[in-house]
Amino acid sequence: MATVQERFDAIVVGAGPSGNAAAYTMAKGGLKVLQIERGEYPGSKNVQGAILYADALERVIPDFREDAPLERHIIEQRIWVMDDTSHTGMHYRSEDFNEEKPNRYTIIRAQFDRWFSSKVREAGGTVLCETTVTELVKDTKGNVIGVMTDRQGGPLLADVVVLAEGVNGLIGQRAGLRDELKPENVALAVKEMHFLPQEVIESRFNLKGDDAGVVIEAMGTITKGMTGTAFLYTNRESISVGIGCIVDDMRKSGMTPYNLLDSFKQHPSIAPLLAGSEVKEYVAHLIPEGGFHAMPETQGNGWLVVGDAAHLVNAVHREGSNLAMTSGRIAGETIVWLKRRREPCTAANLAEYRKRLEDSFVLKDMRKYRKIPALLHDNRHLLNLYPHIMSAAAQIWLRVDGKAKKAKESEIIQRLRKQRGLRGVLVDGWRFARAWR
Amino acid sequence: MSNRIEEKLYQNRYMVDAGRPHIKVKEHDVPSEPLKSLVTTCPAGCYSLNEQGKVEIVADGCMECGTCRVVCAETGDIEWNYPRDGYGVLFKFG
Repeated sequence: MATVQERFDAIVVGAGPSGNAAAYTMAKGGLKVLQIERGEYPGSKNVQGAILYADALERVIPDFREDAPLERHIIEQRIWVMDDTSHTGMHYRSEDFNEEKPNRYTIIRAQFDRWFSSKVREAGGTVLCETTVTELVKDTKGNVIGVMTDRQGGPLLADVVVLAEGVNGLIGQRAGLRDELKPENVALAVKEMHFLPQEVIESRFNLKGDDAGVVIEAMGTITKGMTGTAFLYTNRESISVGIGCIVDDMRKSGMTPYNLLDSFKQHPSIAPLLAGSEVKEYVAHLIPEGGFHAMPETQGNGWLVVGDAAHLVNAVHREGSNLAMTSGRIAGETIVWLKRRREPCTAANLAEYRKRLEDSFVLKDMRKYRKIPALLHDNRHLLNLYPHIMSAAAQIWLRVDGKAKKAKESEIIQRLRKQRGLRGVLVDGWRFARAWR
Repeated sequence: MSNRIEEKLYQNRYMVDAGRPHIKVKEHDVPSEPLKSLVTTCPAGCYSLNEQGKVEIVADGCMECGTCRVVCAETGDIEWNYPRDGYGVLFKFG
């Protein structure tokens, strides 16, 4: 690296959705941007389910559909409440999702992130891969002025550092900008990629053509009493299947994540969908699920934080990449706006980023669901008991066995009374409604 | 490490930084509860108990998720850094 100090308008740490959105927005805005990524190529260290929310990307790159590597647009969403032998499902499928500009797509992150990064380069940003940022550089007053990397040479300096380092963001933590993650606030998710011929996927999921897809989000006894969810997403010629649980629950359970995944795959509702597939990758990743109350400070003198590193995940709706891209874009826009006004990136000026986040869906949604993590933490039975109750009720109702319908109704009520108590059900409903609103 | 997890990891791509593991378990006589729990919680099965009842790590199959770092943050049982220069796991699909 050159000995003469090159100075940048902004340094972005990380090349995931939030970092790419920030770097692209700033490069497009005419800023001199350096983006540093530790992977061999952008995406090589990144993991997601993965669903792309078009709206968030469209606001960064309006014509992304022309060349972005997309798998299938989603025309059907299935939400399954599962017990050991059954699932109770709510499915929504609509022809309206077969629109000119579809709203959600499945994607493969290693390919997608690489594409997104190529757009950053086209916009004029400098992307440095295979380089790990080791620490933030501060001046004597404690203002962030740049980064150190594992490459030879001195510090890399910039007016502002955008921390897009992901959930496992060591740099911000080590610099004291945010606390260490707590095991009860992060989920560990594991996933496998199952390859199948396109036609097989299409016939199993009732799909016509290779660009429409189905996603399944599942909860219930599949997480063995732990707070968590599982998923199954259709890609063009593969199926992403995974399961995630809160780390603290996982640790206490003594179960291994891979056995949990295997047991989900063997569930009688899931196994036929995967039959005959070839597994080509097994991955693991943390998801910040502590919600609004687990969020760190979002900005300070010379720095701001975006995406997973800022704990921006809406666990209830399984959304994260859209919050990442939106926070990255807003961070980029704020910095471009400050630059044009010739104002420095002080904590006070960067508070504009926070203000814009508050005005967007990002912090509105984070606030809306702020009570959900604690609710799930304190009410384990919600994810375990109710799937059993629902399954039993459905079976009693559907089996035709000579019993009178009235007797079936009272049997269902009796079971509910025994397993939870009517008062308990009311309390659960009330608590849930309060946390939801 | 069970055979099952070995089979899973066999599908993955890694560039191993030979002789420079990015995670180290600190010297201990008796492992703390959080440290011991990593034997099951690590999604890559990197941790195991040795004959002396101590926890050991072989980080070659590590997917760099950070679970062990979070679990042991309070006890300080492990030293966790990202691999240098692009080493470590290389996701084909992610």
